Amino acid sequence: MAQAVLFWSFGGLAALLALLVIVLPNPVHCAVALIGNLFCLAALFAMLQAHFLAAVQVLLYAGAILVLFLFVIMLLNLSRQELGRPRQTAAKIAGTLLLGWFGFHLAWRLATLPGESFPAPAAGYGTLEQVGGLLFGPMVLPFEVASVLLVAAVLGAVAIAKRRLW
Amino acid sequence: MIGLGHYLGLSAILFTLGAVGVVVRRNALVILMSVELMLNAANLALLGFARQFNDATGHGLAVFVMTVAAAEAAVGLALVLNVFRRRGTVKVDEMRTLRG
Repeated sequence: MAQAVLFWSFGGLAALLALLVIVLPNPVHCAVALIGNLFCLAALFAMLQAHFLAAVQVLLYAGAILVLFLFVIMLLNLSRQELGRPRQTAAKIAGTLLLGWFGFHLAWRLATLPGESFPAPAAGYGTLEQVGGLLFGPMVLPFEVASVLLVAAVLGAVAIAKRRLW
Repeated sequence: MIGLGHYLGLSAILFTLGAVGVVVRRNALVILMSVELMLNAANLALLGFARQFNDATGHGLAVFVMTVAAAEAAVGLALVLNVFRRRGTVKVDEMRTLRG
């Protein structure tokens, strides 16, 4: 019962904040709504017994990626003309309606799937120990490749954003 | 009771909102934020399946999704910054040099 109340409140709030992200005209407001959305998702991750992922979600997304977004928004210092309302073309409205119809139909079909609640989690499920054992055990090669990807992304970002490299 | 279907439904809703944001918004920063929304919806589905089948592989995949999201945000924001410096705009409609 408590599970249902928490799911509907955090899920509803996450959907509402996601809607705000795509309708608010000012990117700063969008970024703040996105932070709220990510916190709600962290709560949902914790309800799925993914405690480590919930902590990483708060630390990495809300703490690092969104700060990066806010920094860039402040650096750009957008004018009022840049922030103007988007033009509504017929193609955009048609695309939105089509995507919305498809998405909500899909969501409705998934949410009404016959199925009972989750099975009891195994001992130690979702702990740092288990996820760490997974990352440094069977997934060690993708894990190392991910670190190479991060280095490449950081070097690429610096090379793109710097005015003159040397 | 709340089961896998509810989490998948919420994930589909969040993914749709992100996709609509990419289609509708013309501000490159908000488009990047909508992409983050979609990646997070995928993470929610991964963790829901992991919980249903008591298999932590989904957690490892979610960690990789977050890594890729961080890399994508860093490179994407650097591109937006550079385009703004050269063209004075972040609207994707006005970045049309390659469109011919």
